[in-house]
Amino acid sequence: MADSNTEIKTLGESLRQRGVSRRGFLKFCTATASMMALPPAMVPAIAEALEKARRPSVIWLSFQECTGCTESLTRAHAPTIENLIFDHISLDYHHTLQAASGEGAEAAREAAIHENFGKYLVVVDGSIPLKDPGFSTIAGISNLDMLKETVAGAAAVIAVGSCAAFGGLPHANPNPTGAVSVSEIIKDKPVVNVSGCPPIPTVISGVLAHFLTFGGLPELDDLGRPKVFYGQSIHDRCYRRPFYDKGLFAETFDDEGARKGWCLYRMGCKGPMTYNACATTKWNQGTSWPVESGHGCLGCSEPDFWDGGGFYNAISIPDGDIARNIGLGAVAGVAVGAAAGMLNRNAKADAAARHETVTVDDLEKTS
Amino acid sequence: MQKLQDIDIRVEAPVDRLVQHGNAVPVLHEILHALRRLGETEESTTIDLRSIPFGPGDEELLLDVLGRGEVAVKLETLGVSEIYETAFAGVWIVDHRNTEGERIALQIEITRVPEILFTQVADLTDSISRLENRLRTPDGVASLSNPMNGRRRDG
Ligand code: SF4
Ligand code: SF4
Repeated sequence: MADSNTEIKTLGESLRQRGVSRRGFLKFCTATASMMALPPAMVPAIAEALEKARRPSVIWLSFQECTGCTESLTRAHAPTIENLIFDHISLDYHHTLQAASGEGAEAAREAAIHENFGKYLVVVDGSIPLKDPGFSTIAGISNLDMLKETVAGAAAVIAVGSCAAFGGLPHANPNPTGAVSVSEIIKDKPVVNVSGCPPIPTVISGVLAHFLTFGGLPELDDLGRPKVFYGQSIHDRCYRRPFYDKGLFAETFDDEGARKGWCLYRMGCKGPMTYNACATTKWNQGTSWPVESGHGCLGCSEPDFWDGGGFYNAISIPDGDIARNIGLGAVAGVAVGAAAGMLNRNAKADAAARHETVTVDDLEKTS
Repeated sequence: MQKLQDIDIRVEAPVDRLVQHGNAVPVLHEILHALRRLGETEESTTIDLRSIPFGPGDEELLLDVLGRGEVAVKLETLGVSEIYETAFAGVWIVDHRNTEGERIALQIEITRVPEILFTQVADLTDSISRLENRLRTPDGVASLSNPMNGRRRDG
């Protein structure tokens, strides 16, 4: 964790002090632009902004969560671009990563709020239980109280992961703790939803880098997610899409279609209704992503994806014949995708109402 | 600790040539247009391959078609980057890696020389003052074991 008493003022100075050359700085800016999904032509502007970027104070709150989001973020090996960014922000409070505990830890949080009032960033992972404050407390403080108290002086809030963004697993039927998302509580500050279960690490750091670089937040979609990462559906960017358009589907995990890399729609792929960057950014340093590994998208970056029926149910095609349902072949690919997305949304609501569970038959699904 | 890239992954060859995902060809067309622009107006173009939805084999096919040309440069700062001109003069691959050897950016630059290879003004200023300092001190150039010898420190 960075030392908040350091004399270093800007990111440019910080890198120079480590002996990083201007060329190294340009490499850093190129990778940062790529991470923020900005066009390479913006590298000079990013370099100019990052040169002058000051260390923002960040307070990270973890509520009803599994720590998967923090795990995702810390998967990077030092010193990657992410590490340079995290060295530069002043992470003044993070339950899981900080050495301090108990009163000392809470004192650090209060000091960070006090010293940076109006300017710091709050990152939240996990949902907030409203049914009984005793379901989740930290140092005897309820999640709801801690969130409100910490956000009061924040410049913005970043809800990391589908739990903080939409309620996530704790919010799934029957939602025993009365879990809600950050944006259901915080109405008077900008809230950015970085959804995903977990979100792609570079997407989390991309949003932080955006704040560090431009001192503001990226453009958001109607669910509060940054458009650069969530602006297009998995389906629209999927390399298996030509097979979908031709009506070539894998029916089981080991049939000829699966071996030939055909579309996974009939095995439950939720790509058409899911907005995320997996198909381009990929996972594990760009190695692969779920669909490339042969498994359909679960829709983890969408609200209520846990209640959308079985992961292996192709919920939009009740009789299993996509060509008949949406007139495949006669319509251009994008229109087909949009139609399928709409069918999916309706069917997803039906499945949620029925609260379907996954069975062995689903796994072996052939129709 | 075992690193991700140390785990052996066997990528099965496509069942037949028809299982190409077809995303390399549009990029090659984009490169052709960019080359023409470079020839006519000196305008450079950079294509960030992170934003392209490649399927298995697409990137390999693209890099295979582009091949390797006469110039290859190793850039050692914040990890080793490899920059090389492809078999098509004016088309460069810029492969940035971190200190763990993991790729942090892969770009195709259609240009005469990639910008990052030029000596940067700030580095030039820095080297003037460092060499001045060396020549100012009496033993600045006297001893091989002088702590001031060697390259600049790099993160
Ligand atoms: S349904 Fe899934 S596998 Fe098929 S094209 Fe869409 S995202 Fe890709
Ligand atoms: S492919 Fe779908 S389920 Fe998998 S991580 Fe991406 S958005 Fe989530």
